[in-house]
Amino acid sequence: MMKASIWRLSQGNLERLLNFASPILLLLLWEACARINVIDVRFFPAPSKIFTQLLVLVESGLLWKHFYASMERLFWGFLFGGLPALVLGVSMGLNRTLRMLVEPLISATYPVPKSAILPLVLLIFGLGESSKIVMVGIGIFFPIVINAMAGVLEIHKIHFDVAQNFGAGRWQVFRTVALPGAMPLILTGVKLGIGMGLVLISIAEMMGARSGLGFMMWSAWEIMAVETMYVGLIVIAILGIVFTQLITEIENLIVPWKRGR
Amino acid sequence: MSDVKIRLHGLSKIFQTRDGDFTALEPMNLEIPTGCFFMIVGPSGCGKTTLLRILAGLENPSSGTLEITKPAAGRPSNSMVFQGDSLFPWMTVFENAAYGLRMRHRPEGEIRDVVGHYLQRTGLARFHRSYPHQLSGGMRQRVSIARAFSNDPDILLMDEPFSALDEQNKILLQEELLRIWEETRKTVMFITHSVDEAVTLGDRIMIMTAHPGRAKQIVDVPFERPRRVLELRARPEYGELVYSIWGHLRDEVQRARALDEGRAS
Repeated sequence: MMKASIWRLSQGNLERLLNFASPILLLLLWEACARINVIDVRFFPAPSKIFTQLLVLVESGLLWKHFYASMERLFWGFLFGGLPALVLGVSMGLNRTLRMLVEPLISATYPVPKSAILPLVLLIFGLGESSKIVMVGIGIFFPIVINAMAGVLEIHKIHFDVAQNFGAGRWQVFRTVALPGAMPLILTGVKLGIGMGLVLISIAEMMGARSGLGFMMWSAWEIMAVETMYVGLIVIAILGIVFTQLITEIENLIVPWKRGR
Repeated sequence: MSDVKIRLHGLSKIFQTRDGDFTALEPMNLEIPTGCFFMIVGPSGCGKTTLLRILAGLENPSSGTLEITKPAAGRPSNSMVFQGDSLFPWMTVFENAAYGLRMRHRPEGEIRDVVGHYLQRTGLARFHRSYPHQLSGGMRQRVSIARAFSNDPDILLMDEPFSALDEQNKILLQEELLRIWEETRKTVMFITHSVDEAVTLGDRIMIMTAHPGRAKQIVDVPFERPRRVLELRARPEYGELVYSIWGHLRDEVQRARALDEGRAS
């Protein structure tokens, strides 16, 4: 027993090591190729150059400014898109009439590529903050509303019978049965929504903004500052990873009953 | 045991289905005295669950009236122990057992005392922080019983609560249920397809016919209380009663089977 578990642990460590080693190896290879000019450094600047540019941008405060602008839009977009989606999705799962009314609207609008409505959103909401927030909100709205509804529909009917028999009111059913029962799928929706939100904030900031990571990358393209483009890409990638990890942690915290199943 | 707790008058249930009306329950008259441990046995599909769901307020009768004596202010009229897995997987054992009291906004101190008592009585005190998926089927059903008793209802409704358990667990839980019930002597309406269970637990047994569901016979169980399950089962009168009830039930089970086969072919 002991032996087996030690072996498993060391294998786990080995796997973790490999997980770290492969990107580092790739970076080293990239660096070497850039230095001996095997790859075109106009498109693929050496990682060391990108890192230097990262430090420059951090020191000048520029990266922080753009990062903060994007984060602020993401936050409000999440709030204004996510919360209504959560309430609407769960309510649609609970109420058949509401579902019949709203579901066709969602199925009709869901397939429209979110990026394709950017011009319309810019037209309606202008070049200010609200258009970016709306884009993020739209991106997060759909995965959450769809998953929340599906999550409620997946709850076994007997749980609603129990709630009714034990005298739960409408709000209590929402809070004690529908919401926690649908939570695993809702969190899946949040994960999908975060991905979509990052895509849309980048696009929206490239098209109509004077700040944000998307704007930073776009203006870098305009002056061929390739290193700065890569810095933007890296920061957005890290954001995606951190957010996904964060949701996984939240998942462990608020749906402990799904662990080990 | 003199006053009547539940009175059904011409109560019936007809479901509208795609193939036309389906009579689950023919008009039924029934009186259940306060404090009676009332058993319903019948073949599957005899409408016994439908009857219980009507009493629980989860289903409306198609005709007839249902009178239930109102409980003292603030107490719930009934709580149901459901068939199968009815615990909320997202709540701990304690939260599940406390559900009814929480829904009625009882003070936390009272909830802790009452729920603690019934978790103790069902042998679950150690597991109050576990989640249902960490428990065995028998333990989950005990939580379900603790949940119903903690809610302190006027009437307990039990829908084949032990049917999914193995024989050993079933006997242990029956003893536990009887012990807890002795403390309060609530009116109980208990559905089962097991004649043994009906005779072991009940004061009075209603035998139902295969569909449409109808009361065929009501039998009084003469055994004194408190009862010990295994001692009771060793007595010759016990065997005789089980045998005579089987006599009433056998025709119904065969009729139900014939109906099923007719539908299947």
